[in-house]
Amino acid sequence: MLAESLALTAALFIIGVVGVLIHRNAIIIFMCVELMLTAVNLTFVAFSRFYGTAGQVFVVFVMTVSAAEAAVGLAIIIAIFRHRQTINLKDINLLKG
Amino acid sequence: MLLQTAVAAASQHPLSGTIAEWVWLLPVLPLAGFVINGLLSLNSAHFGPTDPNTPAHHPHSEGAAEAAALSHGEEAGAVGDDHHAVKRHRWATLTSIVGPGVLIVAFLLALAIWQVMVSAHPETPFIQRYFSWMPVGDLQIDAAFQLDQLSMVMILVITGVGALIHIFSVGYMREDPGYPRFFSYLNLFVFFMLVLVLGSNYPVLFVGWEGVGLCSYLLIGFWFNDKANADAGKKAFIVNRIGDFGLLVAMFMLFANIGVLDFVGVSAKAVELGAGSAVVTAICLFMFLGCTGKSAQIPLYIWLPDAMAGPTPVSALIHAATMVTAGVYLIARSAALFSLSPVASLTVAVVGALTAIFAATIGLKQWDIKKVLAYSTISQLGYMFIGVGVGAYVSGMFHLVTHAFFKALLFLGSGSVIHAMHAAYHSTHSHEDAQDMRNMGGLKRYLPVTCVLMWIATLAISGIPPFSGFFSKDEILGAVFARAHGSTLASATWLGIPGSTLLYVVYGIGLAAALLTAIYMTRMMLYTFHGPVRTGTEEEKYLHEVPWVMTGPLVVLAILTIFGGWLNLPEVVTDILPVGPGEVLTRWLDPVVGPATARITAGASHVPVATEEMLIGLAVLIAVAGILFAFVRLKPSRVPRKADAIPEHGFEGVVANKYYVDEALDRTVVTPVYASSRNFLWRIIDNGLIDGFFVNGSAALARGFGWVGSRLQTGNVGTYAWVLVVGVLVMLAALTLR
Repeated sequence: MLAESLALTAALFIIGVVGVLIHRNAIIIFMCVELMLTAVNLTFVAFSRFYGTAGQVFVVFVMTVSAAEAAVGLAIIIAIFRHRQTINLKDINLLKG
Repeated sequence: MLLQTAVAAASQHPLSGTIAEWVWLLPVLPLAGFVINGLLSLNSAHFGPTDPNTPAHHPHSEGAAEAAALSHGEEAGAVGDDHHAVKRHRWATLTSIVGPGVLIVAFLLALAIWQVMVSAHPETPFIQRYFSWMPVGDLQIDAAFQLDQLSMVMILVITGVGALIHIFSVGYMREDPGYPRFFSYLNLFVFFMLVLVLGSNYPVLFVGWEGVGLCSYLLIGFWFNDKANADAGKKAFIVNRIGDFGLLVAMFMLFANIGVLDFVGVSAKAVELGAGSAVVTAICLFMFLGCTGKSAQIPLYIWLPDAMAGPTPVSALIHAATMVTAGVYLIARSAALFSLSPVASLTVAVVGALTAIFAATIGLKQWDIKKVLAYSTISQLGYMFIGVGVGAYVSGMFHLVTHAFFKALLFLGSGSVIHAMHAAYHSTHSHEDAQDMRNMGGLKRYLPVTCVLMWIATLAISGIPPFSGFFSKDEILGAVFARAHGSTLASATWLGIPGSTLLYVVYGIGLAAALLTAIYMTRMMLYTFHGPVRTGTEEEKYLHEVPWVMTGPLVVLAILTIFGGWLNLPEVVTDILPVGPGEVLTRWLDPVVGPATARITAGASHVPVATEEMLIGLAVLIAVAGILFAFVRLKPSRVPRKADAIPEHGFEGVVANKYYVDEALDRTVVTPVYASSRNFLWRIIDNGLIDGFFVNGSAALARGFGWVGSRLQTGNVGTYAWVLVVGVLVMLAALTLR
């Protein structure tokens, strides 16, 4: 039962990672990051079923933080779009050596 | 260990609990004088010799170039006829009290300690430990003073003659803008000199050794605005470094071989090095290299004649009476080592003899009155080294003491002459050389006291009885002669020459040098004080005897010059004449150098009294012959003025140019060193290797890494994400796929 759960979460996580790597659009990358977080949350839940409820507590923490992160992240993306009229990460590369 | 036993012994030492415990005060007094005078010299409007508001009244040295004379003239012109109004340093009065004062107090303290020593006559040195200076494993060096008969002699000479010269300086340097600075340096010198002779081990001695070198440099270049003077100071300093290297190596070898550096320990353990072994010879030769630097012997004598660029009291104190005799003191102090190495001892004697004759010949042809005395000092130092070289440590020290008297007298007398000459030339705004004997002549009319006193010193240095120089010089020559008959030196060989033959040669050279000494000293006196006055008709009016503050010390020194011989009258004299006890100094120094002397003279047969008398007669005859020869051959009336002088040719020209030694050294040593420094050390090593490779190379390396690092930062978040993921995968792989 645990093995199947972990396989599912791993698949979800990898989909998220690949999405972050291959997409240019900041919103999509943002959604992929959320997907990775969700995959991790699911892992916690799966583990909590077998090893006690501590995992569920972490899930609540992660969801709280990711909500805050979403608020900040979306605000930044909107600010960037207002400034540059694009959210394509290829074009946002001013900070370089 | 040895040190501790020595310290334990000191607690029951006859001198403990007496005024000798105050020995630390001896160097502290001049040190305090240095601090006070130094602060006074800082707190003044006039710092340095050429304050535009102050006419520089100092006598120009030989090297004083036209430029200096020119600026001098401008100053004199600026103040107009007002130059007789004496402008003194604002703190001059206080300095006049403090500077000589600390020396007088130190001398009185030294006398008190000496009195205690006379009554106690301790057989072992009195060692005062103050703190542990260098405790490094086996190397235990204390900051400690050692009071024994040998250091007592040196202390009395340094503080006594030093005090007289300080008093003389009050008059001589009276109008110098750097008056407190001069006395602060002079006090500092006395401090270091006392540290040198009081140190109970070689490192403490070395501190004093370097310190007097520093003060010598500071005082030679006292009038540093003149480049020639500053260069002379640098030359003295650099040449002395070569000698100091030798002394350092000797110390390292001593520690490496016997593990101790304090004098008591070295005396006790010296035998472990083995008599005549290569090690002890090497130690002694390196030590003697140090002596040739400090005491101006061949090959490192070249700095001393240039050192005459300093004020004349400096020449008297540092470059005649005290500092330059430090080498003689060092050998007497290390008698336990030198007596073990006949080869090193003979080297000392031979170098001393060669220096004595070499410098004496140059002295014959010098025109600068101070240069004559400088070469005379080198020559007399050679005599002292003959003495300590043949193991007659007492005779060497005896000549050191009498030489301090008569050479200080001669230098201070020449200072009086220069002072008078300078004042005369200054009054007429003339730029003539105040130190050249061709500009003097007939000065006995104007400087009668100085003339008589300098004649006394001349007779003493020439070796005319009963003046002090006769006894000390004769004792050295007598010792050389005696050692040639069966002693450890006579049976040794030196570069394949039997020691006995060598000692006879040294004796012969010593006699020849004595003849030359009598000639060049009489020549100096004749040209300075006798014959017609060549100073100039206008200047003659301004020539006058110097003030009592300058003649007073001369009189005291003259008395010491006359009676200094009583320090160590030979028994051959005291047996015939009821003049007092003989061999006083010999018995006084016996606890210090007695064993070493006995080691050298082992198996020596006593020279018969008749022979001894004959040798004395021969020495006197030679001295008289030299003086008469000078009187007959040299005509002061035929000497041209300096301005009219024509350069000499042939051998005389070579001698007058000091055998071109300076020029030869310049070509063979200085120029190549400069060239290699410039072309190799500077251009290749410094510019190429250090600046080019290391400094700029490391900068280029850092810049290269920086460039690579900056290429990694693309500003593209996607790239960072790739790098992050790949990094995580690599780490996961590394952690899981082991």
